Amino acid sequence: MSRTSFRLALTGLTAALSLALFQPAAQAAEAGPKPPALSWSFSGPFGKFDRAQLQRGFKVFKEVCASCHGASLVAFRNLSQPGGPEFTPGQVAALAATYQVKDGPNDQGEMFDRPGRAADRFPSPFPNEQAARAAQGGAYPPDFSVLAKARTYTRGFPTFVFDIFTQYQEQGPDYIHALMVGYKEPPAGFPALLPGQNYNEYMPGHLIAMPKPLSDGQVEYPKGADGKSPVPETVDQYARDVAAFMVWMAEPHLEARKRLGMQVMAFLTIFAFLLYYTKKKVWSRMPDGSPAH
Amino acid sequence: MSGHSSYVPKTGIERWLDVRLPIIRLAHDSAVSYPVPRNLNYLWTFGGILAFMLVAQIVTGIVLAMHYTANSMLAFNSVEHIMRDVNYGWLLRYLHSNGASMFFIAVYVHIFRGLYYGSYKAPRELLWILGVVIFLLMMATAFMGYVLPWGQMSFWGATVITNLFSALPVVGETIVTFLWGGYSVDNPTLNRFFSLHYLLPFMIFGVVGLHIWALHVVGQNNPTGVEVKNVQKDTVPFTPYATVKDIFGMVVFMILFAWFVFYQPNFMGHADNYIPANPASTPAHIVPEWYFLPFYAILRAIPDKLGGVMAMGGAIVVLAFLPWIDTSKVKSMSYRPIGRQLFWAFVVVCIGLGYLGAMPAEGGYVIASQIFTVLYFGFFVALFVVGLFERPKALPTSIADSVLASKGGSAARVATATAAEPNVKG
Amino acid sequence: MAHATDTSTGTTRRDFLMLATGAAGAVGIGALVVPLVSQMAPDAQTVAAGAPVDVDLAPIAEGQAIKLFWRGKPIFVRHRTKKEIDEALAVDVATLRDPQTDQQRTKAGHEQYLVVFGNCTHLGCIPLGTAPGESKGDFDGWFCPCHGSHYDSSGRIRKGPAPLNLPVPPYAFTADTKIKIG
Repeated sequence: MSRTSFRLALTGLTAALSLALFQPAAQAAEAGPKPPALSWSFSGPFGKFDRAQLQRGFKVFKEVCASCHGASLVAFRNLSQPGGPEFTPGQVAALAATYQVKDGPNDQGEMFDRPGRAADRFPSPFPNEQAARAAQGGAYPPDFSVLAKARTYTRGFPTFVFDIFTQYQEQGPDYIHALMVGYKEPPAGFPALLPGQNYNEYMPGHLIAMPKPLSDGQVEYPKGADGKSPVPETVDQYARDVAAFMVWMAEPHLEARKRLGMQVMAFLTIFAFLLYYTKKKVWSRMPDGSPAH
Repeated sequence: MSGHSSYVPKTGIERWLDVRLPIIRLAHDSAVSYPVPRNLNYLWTFGGILAFMLVAQIVTGIVLAMHYTANSMLAFNSVEHIMRDVNYGWLLRYLHSNGASMFFIAVYVHIFRGLYYGSYKAPRELLWILGVVIFLLMMATAFMGYVLPWGQMSFWGATVITNLFSALPVVGETIVTFLWGGYSVDNPTLNRFFSLHYLLPFMIFGVVGLHIWALHVVGQNNPTGVEVKNVQKDTVPFTPYATVKDIFGMVVFMILFAWFVFYQPNFMGHADNYIPANPASTPAHIVPEWYFLPFYAILRAIPDKLGGVMAMGGAIVVLAFLPWIDTSKVKSMSYRPIGRQLFWAFVVVCIGLGYLGAMPAEGGYVIASQIFTVLYFGFFVALFVVGLFERPKALPTSIADSVLASKGGSAARVATATAAEPNVKG
Repeated sequence: MAHATDTSTGTTRRDFLMLATGAAGAVGIGALVVPLVSQMAPDAQTVAAGAPVDVDLAPIAEGQAIKLFWRGKPIFVRHRTKKEIDEALAVDVATLRDPQTDQQRTKAGHEQYLVVFGNCTHLGCIPLGTAPGESKGDFDGWFCPCHGSHYDSSGRIRKGPAPLNLPVPPYAFTADTKIKIG
């Protein structure tokens, strides 16, 4: 490509972008702040979950979120599988037994409740969406199973291009954390909140039906050797822990994926080098024996 | 190009087979002794990469179909079942979903390579048109595949795209009802899309067979656009020369593929598709997968339902007429000072349309989309006009000569570059 | 490459390079096969659902049998009568096609209960003889109507094409009339 055509291409690209980029400035102001990008143990090519964090996150989920939110795709047994919170199978069996799971029909043709087993999935707090809406004043608390992958925010150009190289993909947990800490008094001039409405800085449109779910000291974390929890029992920490737990629920094989990815990358790179030199060898001579370019 | 077969059966079994079903001869002639221009660059490895991607998609797809359930009540959860419970299910599913994107990356490189080097010109018109047919089949397959997880984007993408047909006068509504198998996108739609999504790749496979057959009749184009004159001097046998180069290209492409599969598996997808389909609520911004965005932008640029659909369809169909739209006698843009600039402008327009397709359809974006749509079609008009008066640079007399010239070193290259300048300005 | 002369070292290096590339390719293709094949194996949910099950034997009256499912396969549990037990014990084991004593097929102290997989060892049909009124075959056990295999009151093959006795699943008594299968 000659220099002139390159210049032309650049001019065109600039024109295209300037046309398009004038627009979103106004929108961004309206949409409110972007969730801050936190540092997560599971980000990047070597990312791994922090077991203790997942276990704490599960505690927050179980004691706070699970009263309204289900996790219908997650089974108790998942809690003990490698790459997750890694509770022991015994702990999981004991935990499962504390839940009542609908089974049946029995010989009398009736459905019955029985203690949960490791193979059972988490019972949802509501039998169906309509029941949930009826109980929650019309709002539907979404299921948590894949929610961390279903929530995001606009990264915009050119950030989304850089994300390919930095492997940033934690929009979900960043947003979830931001939402948990984003409950504020509405700013002056914001329309008065109706009953069942709450103001949240990070919620699109700022109105959220869920009241502030977490408060400092609400969930008691396991104590360390000194009799104190190794992490603070604050909303910020709860939000981080539960967001990490939700990422694991949405992507339970994340660790295996990244580990296998490193092996595949290493193999492909070596293979590519070998092929490159083989190709050079092959092309070093033409079929008639004459040297090539 | 095929000419005389150089295959010599060696064993008795091969001789026995050769007079009854010369299948080894066919394989030998088309994959071993087949002459390949010796000056092909790495852009020519994308044909092989696409063949690899097609096979990869078919293999992973067949395996996924063993676990997937095409029922509107079960589809979303069955995909999650694959992701969670099936052994290596997450890998197979991410390979398949990212594979679709990689397939399109490769096909766009392949198409733009054909555009730059004039690979659509005589005698390769039919080869090119078969390519456009494959592209259309790919789009249909990808669209129906995206519906299968039955997330919000699946559902609303299916709704929007099937509704395109309702723009057709008289028969439109009937066609849409038949596509749906009901009064809205629902279980029957999902079921038939699954059936067709399984069928279409094999139709692609068939048309790819024709595409390769046509290729092997007319021979490959090359960066100079000068046809092979002397097989001895201008070409090398496919094996090992092209084979090893193609495999190298494939493996490098696989590194990119693996990057997305293992590290960014959801980068090219849309978060809303992890929300189960809900016929009662449309996501705020519904956008198709990235590979459809330029065409989507054209659709939205026209403030008329039928007009938008026609423009979008026309944007693809016009490609099939390219062999007759381009009036230049010279194939390769390397020797066309003005045509080359048109080409790069077209690349920019396509990327621009892709960007606009992802933006909300309001205000400045719509105006920009309209300008870019005009520019998109303007490219084809310009190509027609420019070919009539453009003065191309001198072509090398043969492929072998061009290889020798490029071996002459940077001095020769600088000379050609400076020689090009006056032409551009003129 | 100017130095691509056919010296012995040049040949060796080329051969090694080709060999290494070919080997890497073979390894790569081999690795690709792993996920494609292992996805055919039972998935985690199926495996987890195959966990042991508890069965209460108390409701089964003497002379009756029940059919239940574990890992998708039928299991017969028969509460045998004295006559049936005696018949099973009276057989000369040496004459059997698949020699097994009745003691090997039941749990000591619970000889009245026979627990066996309910698929004929011939080609997998479910033999008759569990529900009341069904033919129990010539040996007071089960009769497979598909191809005419007869099992005795210990579930052993006595007549017909089936090669083996009805297998005994892994189980243990957790109480006098309770078992855990698996």
